[in-house]
Amino acid sequence: MIEAQTHSPIKVGLFITCLADLMRPQVAFAAVALLERAGCRVRVAREQSCCGQPALNSGDRASTMNIAKSVIRAFSRDDFVVVPSGSCADTLINKYPDLFRHDVRWAGRAQGLADKTFELTTFLVDQLGAELDQVSYPGVCAYHDSCSGLRELAIQQQPRTLLDRVEGLSIRELEDGNACCGFGGLFSVKYPDLSGRIVSDKCAQIAQTEADTVLGGDLGCLLNIAGRLRREGRDLKVFHVAEVLAGMADGPAIGEAESEDKA
Amino acid sequence: MSVSTASQRVEFQERARQALQDTSLQRALAKARGGFVDHRLDAIEALPEFDAIRDAARDIKNHVLANLDGYLELYEQQVIENGGQVHWARDADEACQIVAGICKDVGAKTVTKGKSMVSEEMHLNPVLEAAGMTVVETDLGEYIVQLAGETPSHIIAPAVHKTREQITDLFHEHHSPLGYTDRVTQREALVNEARSVLRERFVTADVGITGANFLVAETGANVIVTNEGNGDLTSCLPRVHIVTAGIEKVVPSLDDLSVLLRVLARSATGQEFSAYTSLYSGPRRADDIEGPEAYHVVLLDNGRSRLLGGQYQPMLRCIRCGACLNHCPVYGSIGGHAYGWVYSGPMGSVLTPLLNGFDQSLDLPNACTLNGRCKEVCPVRIPLSDLLLKHRVEQHERRLSPGFGRFLLGVWAWLACRPRLYQGVMALPLRLMYLLGRRRGVLAWLPGAGGWTGSRDFPAPAGRSFMRQWQNRKVKS
Repeated sequence: MIEAQTHSPIKVGLFITCLADLMRPQVAFAAVALLERAGCRVRVAREQSCCGQPALNSGDRASTMNIAKSVIRAFSRDDFVVVPSGSCADTLINKYPDLFRHDVRWAGRAQGLADKTFELTTFLVDQLGAELDQVSYPGVCAYHDSCSGLRELAIQQQPRTLLDRVEGLSIRELEDGNACCGFGGLFSVKYPDLSGRIVSDKCAQIAQTEADTVLGGDLGCLLNIAGRLRREGRDLKVFHVAEVLAGMADGPAIGEAESEDKA
Repeated sequence: MSVSTASQRVEFQERARQALQDTSLQRALAKARGGFVDHRLDAIEALPEFDAIRDAARDIKNHVLANLDGYLELYEQQVIENGGQVHWARDADEACQIVAGICKDVGAKTVTKGKSMVSEEMHLNPVLEAAGMTVVETDLGEYIVQLAGETPSHIIAPAVHKTREQITDLFHEHHSPLGYTDRVTQREALVNEARSVLRERFVTADVGITGANFLVAETGANVIVTNEGNGDLTSCLPRVHIVTAGIEKVVPSLDDLSVLLRVLARSATGQEFSAYTSLYSGPRRADDIEGPEAYHVVLLDNGRSRLLGGQYQPMLRCIRCGACLNHCPVYGSIGGHAYGWVYSGPMGSVLTPLLNGFDQSLDLPNACTLNGRCKEVCPVRIPLSDLLLKHRVEQHERRLSPGFGRFLLGVWAWLACRPRLYQGVMALPLRLMYLLGRRRGVLAWLPGAGGWTGSRDFPAPAGRSFMRQWQNRKVKS
């Protein structure tokens, strides 16, 4: 566990993730807020875009290695790198070192990045033991454990530990919580019928819990689930776990219209 | 190449599409899925050392694969010592000819079969039937599939894709001429009717063909694991017993066998042990009161030895339990037939391209979300999803994947390595999607990804990227 020194804050680089950057900036703002409240100084490297999963999962190792090198360079100055996504964190932590296994120039640097990279909730709980500010979210929440986070990084208890302290929030577990939501990145574009079928199974399980909110730690899954819930006409709210923890879940949820009557 | 690969792609997609729309299939799959998952979980929760046994099982298989030649020779010696014969088949055709030859030599008219996926891999039945023999599958699932003129859709539950109503219809159609005119609909009655029809076949068969879950090198025994006892009647009653097995099925000793048996049934059906675990070590001895007069083992390579020493060798550890199928969301959505060959689900998607090449199976490694649950449940710890990714790498490097997709990916990856340019290029489409989706919060149709929005909406992005907003915030502060 890391001890914060009063005069020298923990220096953390935020890996935004391309989906949070483009689709849901509030997730990254929430991550920044949580890290700052936990005593970290957050730096956002300008030279970042994506971790390279679309290329990696398409079998394009050369492109992935180029992207990985630019990520390794961009975060070389940070003491820690924190990622608000299990699957992108898994890419930095497990996939980059494997890609550069036989590359004497980059293997060490890739391992160096891997060693200092953490998924957001894991970093807050396991590394900082952070006591978060009291926030409230009045809702019954179904939690979706995303596959890479769950199986490659053993993220399961950490978000629940943090959510336990949110006033008014209760968690309902899915019947088969270990099941995939059918997103799979480009899989959902290449095989939309299959993906659509799998996410409707997931949504049926979510509906079974009678929760009013879906939370998770990976925006890809959440966009997929929110999109399907909207198509089914269900009025569940979908948020990234960081948004709730940072007290930023009072605006429109994922896939929800900006309300005009707010003002 | 591009034309044939494009058409293959359509074939898988078309089969998958049909499967998704097949309401009987969907009902059957939905019914099976939860049961397999829950039963396995109950079984392993009752065995705290399950993970340690899995490690041991993996190590045994690795040891065998590292010394495969030696163990196969030892196994052969033991079979010969027991009075049996071992035949080596390079491929499916050779194996079929060997089996057909043995059957012809003994003048076989009726052949009963216990469940054998290797015989499915060989496409043995049509060869024997062309030679004038009557072939009867005796595993209930295989029997149902045979009546329907289909192939198994699951390696341990061949007829899992059939509903009870469909089985009722099949039995009524095929058993009425045999005098079973009542239309039976209940599970137990269906089983009893099949049992009664099959009993007659067992006692009249000339040759019995079974598979092998394992081959034990130190004793020369083949091991079959069943819940119906049909494998035993197929092995014992006919004059000749033929075992068909892949060369990777050999294990060193009975001790090793017991380790593998402890993970097999738990992973497959959630049982501690299958109802029958039988070891057969050769023909009837002088003082035996029953058993076959002749005992043959046909060992099939069919591309397996090519995998030794390479990056796909872990696939040869597979003990065909079906856990990866049972936990795969894609298999659970479309069933086994859509995969196009004998093996389906994650193990099929890894193995089919390895044994048959990519020509017929370009889609298989790609039609996967890489969720990793197959890898997690595998009793011999085959990194299935990692192996699927290796297939993708190979397809990419051999330029087998569709050209336009590769081009788009290349452009995107080039941009992703130049973050500032990437941020500039993304700003416009982002703004556009925001404006189009702002009112509803979602887009019901997305150019370039029309399929995505076929079954779900696309949540609208925020108008400005985080990076843009962050830069503005920094400037202001």
